Amino acid sequence: MNIDLFITCLNDALFPQTGLATARLLRRLGHTVHFNEAQTCCGQMHFNTGYQKEALPLIRKFVNDFRDSEVIVAPSGSCVAFVRDLYPRAAEWAGDDGLLQEVTELGKRTYELSEFLVRVLGVEDVGAYYPHRVTYHPTCHAARLLRVGDAPLKLLRKVRGLTLIELPASDQCCGFGGTFSVKNPETSTAMLADKVQNVLGTGAELCTAGDNSCLMHIGGGLSRLQSGAGVVHLAEILASTESMGAGNSETIGAMQVSAEALL
Amino acid sequence: MSAGGIRPPRPFPDAARETLQDTQMRRNLKHATTTIREKRLRAVAELPDWEEIRTRGAALKDVALADLAEHLLMLEASVKRRGGQVHWARDGKEARRIVADLAAAHGAKEIIKVKSISSDEIELNAELEARGIHAVETDLAELIVQLAGDTPSHILVPAIHKNRAEIRELFRRELGADLPTDEPKVLAEAARLYLREKFLTTKVAVSGANFAIAATGTVCIVESEGNGRMCLTLPDVLISVMGIEKVLPEWADIAPFMQLLPRSSTAERMNPYTSFWSGVTPGDGPQEFHLVLLDNGRTDVLADKVGRETLRCIRCSACLNVCPVYERAGGHAYGSVYPGPIGAILTPQLLQLEDDNANSLPWASSLCGACYDACPVKINIPEILIYLRGQITPHKTPNAESIAMKTAAWIFNEPFRFEGALKLARIGQGPLVQHGAIHALPGLLGGWTSSRNLPAFPAKSFRELWREEGQHG
Repeated sequence: MNIDLFITCLNDALFPQTGLATARLLRRLGHTVHFNEAQTCCGQMHFNTGYQKEALPLIRKFVNDFRDSEVIVAPSGSCVAFVRDLYPRAAEWAGDDGLLQEVTELGKRTYELSEFLVRVLGVEDVGAYYPHRVTYHPTCHAARLLRVGDAPLKLLRKVRGLTLIELPASDQCCGFGGTFSVKNPETSTAMLADKVQNVLGTGAELCTAGDNSCLMHIGGGLSRLQSGAGVVHLAEILASTESMGAGNSETIGAMQVSAEALL
Repeated sequence: MSAGGIRPPRPFPDAARETLQDTQMRRNLKHATTTIREKRLRAVAELPDWEEIRTRGAALKDVALADLAEHLLMLEASVKRRGGQVHWARDGKEARRIVADLAAAHGAKEIIKVKSISSDEIELNAELEARGIHAVETDLAELIVQLAGDTPSHILVPAIHKNRAEIRELFRRELGADLPTDEPKVLAEAARLYLREKFLTTKVAVSGANFAIAATGTVCIVESEGNGRMCLTLPDVLISVMGIEKVLPEWADIAPFMQLLPRSSTAERMNPYTSFWSGVTPGDGPQEFHLVLLDNGRTDVLADKVGRETLRCIRCSACLNVCPVYERAGGHAYGSVYPGPIGAILTPQLLQLEDDNANSLPWASSLCGACYDACPVKINIPEILIYLRGQITPHKTPNAESIAMKTAAWIFNEPFRFEGALKLARIGQGPLVQHGAIHALPGLLGGWTSSRNLPAFPAKSFRELWREEGQHG
């Protein structure tokens, strides 16, 4: 399959290793991976914060950048949910019928990584090896907008060497919410406190998820507390193999590295 | 302090900063919302066709709202035909005057009240007190809030922020009750003794309304304690204040709501008391009935093609119970009788998006979507929150945030600008980075680093790494 990576601006800027892992994984499964360098940001931050006039050009840009793509895959539930669920609303609210038609079509071939693997490719065992104790946080947009359900868990259960520990109250939001974490930092932190408590309670060394935005939040809390636990994106776990020597810091992910450096 | 109103005295972040410090409230709310959440999930899971009932409830509300004017006129005619009187109130001020005038005309010094959020919305109790009429709240939780000089913090459980020990202390002080323990049975008995006397001696009652049927002029109250039934049947005069969005066209329309409301609100299969009355029945119940139809901003909400979905709300409070923001900040942080996710969309709209403090409410959400999943009439609260943010933002005066957002949009519009900005950020972050992370930032982002580290920009962005190695290996 010809897959276009929708890398997301956050991954591009802060978590490049997640993008590389996604590409490596999809190639290992026999697919051709493209990255159109024209892409920047889907416009979610602007749109959801209230800057909808500013978001519209970014939405139109996204449509242009991915118009010819066969399949679009992103290592982010939130950004995919925005494209699939909210692009049509953005077009409706702007009264742009042409855009509505285009984004509706585009949404049908845009996938979050775990749902793409399990539901489109029908793969659960991706041949990964990752010898760590891991707990999984279902991010809100992946769970409630995309309904990825247990797709990430199915993938994680097939990873060799990995011990998966259930996260209590996993369906509770971590408190990130994009600019919510900055505009309502105290409430956001109160939510994070419970999430961090639950993650630490599992005794896992790493919390994983399909969104680096939420992981940046959870990881930022774990790191500030010098907790010794870290976060890693699902794509990086799935891309790791025995031959790569999984278990060294490079495969664990940058945020874990920074947490370790602090200790 | 009088219970009520919809104008928040300050913006949500400021109010929440304070309420979050209340350890007792935090513990009470966590316990209460966690319990009711689990109960609701069980109650809902019992019905295999729950999703269909939700869809039907939403559709019936949309039909009722689509021809609201016609249904209201029909309701007025039906109520009059059955011997009731109908009053139209454009806003809260008109509504509370109508009620107070009616109570005063009957020489009332005291009235009894069924728990009614619409009466709190119009700040009725304060108006009555100013005219020398004392309103006695008869719902247990409302009574607790009233005796404490507090304000409700939950639509269904107004005293959810208080625990049994606090209530025992309050009843001892305010009712002079002798309370050996703080068992619910003991507390309820003290309230019962106090209220029974009020039920038997008070001549005027005020209620809200859960539903009204246009075709028959029937008004409906759904409740748990039986205090409502007492208020609706014992006094001589009954005054019901009803938001205009509560009307349903036909009698049969109410059926799905009798399933949706109890399971969503108290997680019960059926609520203990459901009262229906149509105008006046000679020799049975109040012999004078007044229905006050309250607009107070609702027609403006109805006029907005996105926001109007808000008016489907049946005040079940399921969205409050599942909301992580509500659970931490508590109802008082919202500064309105409508707290939680529904309040965050209803309050600012009722105020025509013209109240600066209320306009902070659409941002009091992480957009996690739990409220939409729980809503029995499928109000897409997260989408409406986003929509309202988009309606409010362009009217704000330019500030650091709007300049930053506009600059970011300009950068994102061209990939070369994005790449250039990343390079600049890598240089600029230098002094801030310690061990690969940023621990303190000035300005807007200071809220983040107050409790969380931020990863530093790595040496190379994805697009740079892709050019070097990614596209080959």
